[in-house]
Amino acid sequence: MKVDETIRTDTPPERAARKTGSFLPRLQLGADHDLCPGCGEPVALRILLEAIEAVGCAENSIGVIGIGCYTALTPLMDVDLVQALHGRAPSLATGAKRMKPETLLFTLQGDGDMVNEGLQEVLHTAARGERVTCVLLNNGVFGETGGHMTSTTVLGQRTKNTLEGRDASYHGHPILIGDLLAQLDGTAYAARGAVYDAPSVARTQVMLRRAFEAQLSGAGFSFVEILTMCPTGWFVPTAEGPGYLSKVMGSVHVTGELKRDGQFTPTRELPPPEGVE
Amino acid sequence: MTRRLLEGSEAMVEAALLAGCRFFAGYPMTPFTEVLEHFAAKLPAAGGTCINAESELEAIGMAWGALATGARAATGSTGQGLALMQESLSEITRAELPLVVFHMARGQGDYYQATRGGGHGDYRHPVYAPVDVGEAVELTQQAFDLADRWRNPFVLYGDYLLAHTAEAVAVEPLACPPIPEKEWAVDGSLSGSGRSRNVNSLGMTKGRKGIEPEAFWQRLQAKHDQMAVELPRFEAEHTDDCDLLVVAFGSLARFARHAVRELRRDGARVGYFRPVTLWPFPTEALALAAQGVARVAVLEQNGGQMIDDVRLAVLGSAPVVPIGGISSDDAGFGMGPLLDPVNVRIRVSGALAGTERAA
Amino acid sequence: MSEAAVVTRGTVTVAAERCKGCELCIPACPPQVLRMSEAHNGLGFAFPKLLPGCTGCGACLLVCPDFCFEVYKYEEPIS
Repeated sequence: MKVDETIRTDTPPERAARKTGSFLPRLQLGADHDLCPGCGEPVALRILLEAIEAVGCAENSIGVIGIGCYTALTPLMDVDLVQALHGRAPSLATGAKRMKPETLLFTLQGDGDMVNEGLQEVLHTAARGERVTCVLLNNGVFGETGGHMTSTTVLGQRTKNTLEGRDASYHGHPILIGDLLAQLDGTAYAARGAVYDAPSVARTQVMLRRAFEAQLSGAGFSFVEILTMCPTGWFVPTAEGPGYLSKVMGSVHVTGELKRDGQFTPTRELPPPEGVE
Repeated sequence: MTRRLLEGSEAMVEAALLAGCRFFAGYPMTPFTEVLEHFAAKLPAAGGTCINAESELEAIGMAWGALATGARAATGSTGQGLALMQESLSEITRAELPLVVFHMARGQGDYYQATRGGGHGDYRHPVYAPVDVGEAVELTQQAFDLADRWRNPFVLYGDYLLAHTAEAVAVEPLACPPIPEKEWAVDGSLSGSGRSRNVNSLGMTKGRKGIEPEAFWQRLQAKHDQMAVELPRFEAEHTDDCDLLVVAFGSLARFARHAVRELRRDGARVGYFRPVTLWPFPTEALALAAQGVARVAVLEQNGGQMIDDVRLAVLGSAPVVPIGGISSDDAGFGMGPLLDPVNVRIRVSGALAGTERAA
Repeated sequence: MSEAAVVTRGTVTVAAERCKGCELCIPACPPQVLRMSEAHNGLGFAFPKLLPGCTGCGACLLVCPDFCFEVYKYEEPIS
């Protein structure tokens, strides 16, 4: 390929053009973060911040943040935030929303945070029908501590404490938290998305908007799980992250809407994702 | 104002509402349960919210979220439930949030837990130990006020006797100067402005990567050192004129004070010292009171906990002896035989022996 | 790639200095007009370069973890 075939991309175009996508969402203060190359969490951050804006709450939202790699993204979020302890965010969200019912209240938590440490918190918050949206960044590992098994790690997945692959007889089975939450009457909306390619990112943003709308309408608790790539925690090359996500994680944690308009669809009844048998 | 017959739990809850408390979350456990019941009954009418949390761990978490929005909020439990709350209590202190904790203990065996803290790291929260329902009404309101002024949790250390004894009290508002605006609170209104906030315990700020815990925590320590200077409170009688000084706290101190007054009337040279703040312990005041004393007797209902702080204050200027001990009822709620005026008088009298000065 | 005329409907601006070389944009681009550079940025990573044929769809922007893309649609496509 000759170098002079490439198009100059270090400045905006000189020909007449309409900007259709900005570097940063309105609610993002910068792009400087130290998360790994190929990490899915910043991708999820973009659509989360855009969804807050899309439902008209850019100047009226509060986020409660769990503890994980994503915590390092908080300096970039132009949202009023409260930092919680590992697992506790839904409890803080409950107290904050009861005091500020007119705000859009969301949590941002990883799978280790929400499904391990904080399983009780999120289940009860949903059961109470608290008008908050819990957002789960699920990469199937404790990323920040270096890649250890969580309750969403899939069978056969290698982590630092399941070196031979997760074995059901020793390590038990993964928990599909979306199903547990969707069954509760207090849950108005529950969905599982992913960020392994542009279409999945776009579909996941729709889920976030629907979840926020369920909160704002007073319908009850809402939940969006977002499968994110963690090539570091999965011990795969960066470029293999999306494939691992859609095939290995996505065949167990199948994407789709689990609860909508009172209708609960368990994970096992969701159609498999495109391209996966 | 009219005095009404109120049990300690109810009086303290009414005091909290007078102080502007608008959020409470708790989990039932004896002898704290009635505090939760009274909040559940009274908070909605006052425009507040009371949540039955799924455990003590979530109760303090809910109060944390409410505090972060700038509301006056509280939680509580007994020793076992406080044990579950310790990590959060440490974090809430480091996040500089004004939580008030109603610790209704099963006796006095939670002194270490309350004053040393069972959480991680360097943190301190003042502990008020009311002697009766009247003082509890005052100290509850004081706690909410000072918690906001210092941006620090305050613990109210009560017990079964305080919680369930009804006394005639007038629950009157405590006059306090206005507190500054809570500019640190998050209510969503600064989102999208470029000046949004982050309530956290590590000194995280917007637009800057990383954390600077050392500077943050050192500043916190300086605040706690200042609190230790300004906040000690105590009650004392006849300390300048005694051979035996009796030290006691909380409900049991009421019995000690009564015994000292009786013995005093009978000609004994005995004095009484009661820390009102278990932290910061009134070390200097006790050191002063112990000067010239032949013996210091510590009456506490446990295996010996406050006696450590008494020894540190007295610092060898007189022998310090325990005259209390573990004492409980058949259910383990701390209503033991030690909580009896005759028993306490016998213990104090026993400590008097041999303290008479040579003429 | 075909030597026939390619229609370019859009373009991107790339913040190459913050790219971490994850290469997720390469397969995400539907017309396949992104290639990693030979050169390296200040962080030591190769970064995406653009060939003719961009449609301005924004897929690269959606998948990039480092917010490296700004997307434009031309008023008049370039043949």
